[in-house]
Amino acid sequence: MLWPTRYRASYIFAMPAVIETRALRKVYPAPPSRRAQPRGGPQFAPPAPRHTPVGARVSGGIAALDSLDLSVRQGEFFGLLGPNGAGKTTTIGILTTRVRATSGDAIVAGANVRTEDVAVRRRIGVVPQRPNPDRGLNVIENLLFHGAYFGLSRALAEQRAMALLDQFDITDKAYAKVDDLSGGQQQRLMIARALLHEPNVIFLDEPTVGLDPQARHALWDLLRQLHADGRTIVMTTHYMEEADELCDRLAIIDHGKLLACDTPAKLKAQAPGQTLIDLTLSGDVAPAVERCRAVPGVTAVDATGVVLRAYSERGSEAIPALIHACEDAGCRVENINLSKPSLETLFISLTGRKLD
Amino acid sequence: MAVSPLSTADVFFAMLRRDMRVARREAPFFLLRTAMQPLLLMIIFGYLLPKIGMLRGNYTATLLPGVLAMSLALSAVQSVALPMVAQFGFSKEIEDRLLAPIPSHLVALELVVAGTIQGVLAGLFVLPCGRLIMGPIPGLELSNFGQILGIMILGGAAFSALGLFIGCAINAQQIGLMFSSIISPMIFFGCTYYPWSSLDRVPFMKWAVLINPLVYVAEGMRGALTPTAPHMDLFVVSVALSVLLLIFWQLGRQAFLKRAIG
Repeated sequence: MLWPTRYRASYIFAMPAVIETRALRKVYPAPPSRRAQPRGGPQFAPPAPRHTPVGARVSGGIAALDSLDLSVRQGEFFGLLGPNGAGKTTTIGILTTRVRATSGDAIVAGANVRTEDVAVRRRIGVVPQRPNPDRGLNVIENLLFHGAYFGLSRALAEQRAMALLDQFDITDKAYAKVDDLSGGQQQRLMIARALLHEPNVIFLDEPTVGLDPQARHALWDLLRQLHADGRTIVMTTHYMEEADELCDRLAIIDHGKLLACDTPAKLKAQAPGQTLIDLTLSGDVAPAVERCRAVPGVTAVDATGVVLRAYSERGSEAIPALIHACEDAGCRVENINLSKPSLETLFISLTGRKLD
Repeated sequence: MAVSPLSTADVFFAMLRRDMRVARREAPFFLLRTAMQPLLLMIIFGYLLPKIGMLRGNYTATLLPGVLAMSLALSAVQSVALPMVAQFGFSKEIEDRLLAPIPSHLVALELVVAGTIQGVLAGLFVLPCGRLIMGPIPGLELSNFGQILGIMILGGAAFSALGLFIGCAINAQQIGLMFSSIISPMIFFGCTYYPWSSLDRVPFMKWAVLINPLVYVAEGMRGALTPTAPHMDLFVVSVALSVLLLIFWQLGRQAFLKRAIG
């Protein structure tokens, strides 16, 4: 079981916690094919497919999750934010009972994912990263059979299915093959299916990947509406804007570790400096870093490859001085990029890399 | 409360209904896939060759049970293995059932039950077809219907459990390999075209083929359909099929759970 009640986040915040994890850890065995890869890593390799272990190498394998503690409250819209391979999908996998944690505990909707997986599954709804409707069945049958798997009577399942199709604007496709739906419609069908048995918690894994901007905004409206209805939603994303727009609270994850967890506003307030200035240089960057540190109003400077990154308190005012400093160091400035303080700048300061 | 109390059996049967609905919808393709080869065999070996005098007429009594066993085995293996390869491999559509409130190994069991039903149905379809194509079959006895059905269910279950293992253990890219390296030798060495007792003249082969599960289904069908013709003892057949079923189920269950839970 979990730790004593008085240490539980739900007790401390006097809010009912729907999800609590403690020291969650997942180590995948190292795939043998990696050893055969050329030195220097797979720089031009295609993106890793789902469920392929990504993460820090540890003895005995690759740690996709490393000692993750999370607490999600009832009715909260909670975001897991991190780049590809940060451990987001593994976290969702463990919380939805599809992945077994190597160690640690997780309680979802009052049941332990390890020992009471059937009870957990009864209380959650899951929207996958890529729509996976049952292609042997048509749209309405997808919902009706899902209802049957969750013990709904035929009449009740039909009533809810029609209401959801109407709400999600796919009523006219009720008897269509799922292959006849567009990407956005399939994603909406997946959400309808996840809601049909009225779960306590809804998990969405990167729900807007692959959708065009219009479909993405339509989905955001839908998610806002579900949240307004009082549902607990856990969503993973690697889009800053999406996390900022939708979530009450955000956990920033990278390499399987929790780096920060707070409201988007408080997280943004933690971002160092006020503006982030990226200068792409030609020539030796190291002496330029030293000189830029001396520029007034610049709080921190670091460099990755040919990109010099300065955090400025005076916004773009520091740019001329930074250019001079770089030129004095024998570098030529080839490109300049400005970012306002945002989750993105916080993320970069926490991880040293961009999100996507 | 609006939601009725949920029992594991309800979920199990809902999934079985789903598989039957899909099978019914795909019935023409399913029959074409699994019954074509047996029907062609019966036309050539059971009708054409005896007709033109190249085979003795009573060969049909040997052929019919063998071909029946073959269509049963083929359809049972395929009806589980092919969907597993697709649903775990790229469509991921099995996930809805894996997220249903039921222990995952029961999802695997449901697949085996659905495969068994489809195998038995394919067998029952081929039986009258065989009689129609090949004419009167010497020694054909349909009064042991209980025995016929019993062997069919046991054989269908063993082969759909084998299908579960194959479908979960091999990669989508290697599905063609399954037919050339597993299914074809199984059919040719499966006593489908000849009774097991006739292998007396090739003693090595007689004992080697005993690792082939199809041998027991074919011999069992002979025992039940044409009891006067030489065949393996039905008790031995039942024990062998039960043991094979248990082995294949264990292998299939483990392979399924390995894919289902990361």
